Amino acid sequence: MSGAAPAPDDLEGASAGTPAARLAAYVRGGGVVVPVLTAVLAFLAGGLVILVTGHDPFSTYKAIFDGSGLNWLLPWTSSADRPAAALNLQQTLLLTTPLILVGLAVAFAFRCGLFNIGGNGQYLVGVYASVWVGSSFAGMGKLPHILLAVLAGALAGAAWAAIAGVLKATVGAHEVITTIMLNYIALWIGAYLFQLGGPLQSDAQRSVPVSNDVVAGARLPVFWGDPQLQGLHVGIFVSLAALVVFWLVMNRSTIGYEVRAVGLNPEAARYGGMSVARNYALVMAVSGGFAGLAGAMDILGWEFRIATNDINTATQIGFYGIAVALLGRSTALGTGAAALLFGALLSGTSQRNLDPSIFEPELAANLTLIIQGLVILLVSADVIVLGLLRQGRRVVRRSDRGSPTHEVAR
Amino acid sequence: MSTAVATARPTRTLSARQAGWAGIALGAVAWFIALPPALVRTPAPSLVLAAAAVGGGAWALRGGERRLGWGAIAAGVAGAAGAVAATHSGVGHLRDVVTWSALVAATLRYATPLTFGALGGIVCERSGVINIALEGMMLMGAFFGIFGADLTGSWELGLLVAMIAGGALALVHAFFAITLRADQIVSGTGLNLLALGVTGYVFLDHYGDQGTPDDIPRVPDVSLPGVKSIPFVGDAVGHTNLLTWIALLGVLALWVYLFRTPSGLRLRSVGESPRAAATVGIGVLRTRYLAVVASGVLAALGGAYLSIAFLGSFNQGMTAGRGFIALAAVIFGNWRPGGALAATLLFGFSSALAQRLPTFSESSAVLFQALPYVLTLIAVAGVIGRSRPPAAAGRPYVPE
Repeated sequence: MSGAAPAPDDLEGASAGTPAARLAAYVRGGGVVVPVLTAVLAFLAGGLVILVTGHDPFSTYKAIFDGSGLNWLLPWTSSADRPAAALNLQQTLLLTTPLILVGLAVAFAFRCGLFNIGGNGQYLVGVYASVWVGSSFAGMGKLPHILLAVLAGALAGAAWAAIAGVLKATVGAHEVITTIMLNYIALWIGAYLFQLGGPLQSDAQRSVPVSNDVVAGARLPVFWGDPQLQGLHVGIFVSLAALVVFWLVMNRSTIGYEVRAVGLNPEAARYGGMSVARNYALVMAVSGGFAGLAGAMDILGWEFRIATNDINTATQIGFYGIAVALLGRSTALGTGAAALLFGALLSGTSQRNLDPSIFEPELAANLTLIIQGLVILLVSADVIVLGLLRQGRRVVRRSDRGSPTHEVAR
Repeated sequence: MSTAVATARPTRTLSARQAGWAGIALGAVAWFIALPPALVRTPAPSLVLAAAAVGGGAWALRGGERRLGWGAIAAGVAGAAGAVAATHSGVGHLRDVVTWSALVAATLRYATPLTFGALGGIVCERSGVINIALEGMMLMGAFFGIFGADLTGSWELGLLVAMIAGGALALVHAFFAITLRADQIVSGTGLNLLALGVTGYVFLDHYGDQGTPDDIPRVPDVSLPGVKSIPFVGDAVGHTNLLTWIALLGVLALWVYLFRTPSGLRLRSVGESPRAAATVGIGVLRTRYLAVVASGVLAALGGAYLSIAFLGSFNQGMTAGRGFIALAAVIFGNWRPGGALAATLLFGFSSALAQRLPTFSESSAVLFQALPYVLTLIAVAGVIGRSRPPAAAGRPYVPE
């Protein structure tokens, strides 16, 4: 990475301008080293928590790694362990699928200088729309039904986020505040729709606050593993395709150019003849579309129904998306890699996959939250990791050109 | 700015304000007379009052009072709708739902944690630091309050531990936001997840599956002997938790501090124009540090109210978005203590009503819970007069 090492002056932009401008400086500043270092620091801190509470961090992380099924990829894993590892890896990829999409939702907005904190709400309305379409129209053909249900989820998410985008574009309401409010409105709408006696409550189980099941014809096909045991559905390819589309739009299209321009400097973009307001509305809609798509993938791929209880527990996914996008530096490749990391962490610490004799899954779930929180926190002050990196470089080079003026390095 | 408008058209603005407030009051009365104890069983008088409320609103709008005007019109419409609904429902049902003293008591119960959170939010944001992490700070207070009370056997020390825990998380926020000049919204988001993980981890590690024990010392209710015998007031506030009174006093204290003391003026100046404040010798970074930590301490009290005053137990993520409602109250109240209190009482009332409404219609009662968020969305959209944050909120300050 030393070849891409920036001059100290390049880093001065890191504390100025819009989030996207900061992000751009961050990308220039550290390449792939900074996010890796950030993740390592967060995992080290997590290990410290494990150690302090009287457990063994090494065996715990080993158990989480095995629980994630990533050992399936290692050539030396014995053939006796492989079937279990394959099952675990299917779970990891199952969880990676929506994480990629909510990560893209945050990343896309970020590139336009917007902070979409409303992934939860957009994901939820996507779930509502998909579960409704997926559980109705039973007579439809399989492919059109799936397409319709997926489209409904994505459009619902897009419409929900567009409220925030339009408010930002027209009256300048801060998107962070509006998307937070929309999160909770979406949550209570769900509690209303699927509660006992609610308009979309299950017809079959009148005493359970749950939606109708997605009919067999609208479920995404499983291509790896047993469909009865939550095998891996084709949604992962939708997510991977979304990454490619994101990369193409960002780097090879006029829209992407405008989005990045508005993100880096709205005033200059306006001077250049771009409509900043239109960009804000459009970007939020596309961003919400990604999150709604994530909801569609989950509900049509393996959940098939939503209970009012799930609506409360599902509400962290938008925040996971923030961790994914920030760690992935809002690039396509980075978002994919970060989603896989957090997908592995989530499945590796789940009740189903983690060996409880080594570490309790309930504790581990909170460990996941701690690690994700630390990742976001460390990325928020990208200067910490950059500073550490610079300190290291300075020691290596024994350079005495005088200390850079950046505040943290002082 | 508002003073400039007031001096330009003093009499007109004043009467428009009065008309607006009168409209809001009339709208409330229109609904009130159809409910117990008055129970007017025909909608006509209510509709007349509601029409007068809308008229007051229109007058206020003509006088340039947008927020009050639209508020009065909304109150009139809501009052008419409420009254018509009430006259169409059974008297028995009405008496079940509308027991005013119980509603007031429940409103105060729901509003207390929100009020503490909102006070914290105001202190922090008035100093120029955005606080998305109120939720996490409340959660820290909720868990470490009950943890401390359990370990020490005293609720006073429990509150102290809660305040220290909330202050500690706030100190991290301050360090990132002020010293490292991190993006305050991003770091706040990270802190919320961190608080969720830390409290859940320590809770499970220490209490396991059993949960918190039943015999934890609780913050006591204040019994007012003289007040208890008064018919309505006694039931409403005669037996209210100590922390509720502290929260109400806190609103008054914060208002006095912010708007009537030199130190409060300095805090606000740091949030509006840090460069100017620094020029006259105010320590911007120091002021912001103190404000952020104070906000963590206040928010933690709100969380501690939930665990060791209201419920007497803790469960994971028990604040359940109340920190964000508190943030909504800050915005809805336009970053003023009195306004935020009005917002938390309104939000608390909607929760209290939602809790009792299922007697009528199970399904729609739940939608009342979304009211705080919808109102805040409308408030930031500027339909009823724009909420305006402190000018320097969210911008790190770089000393010269």
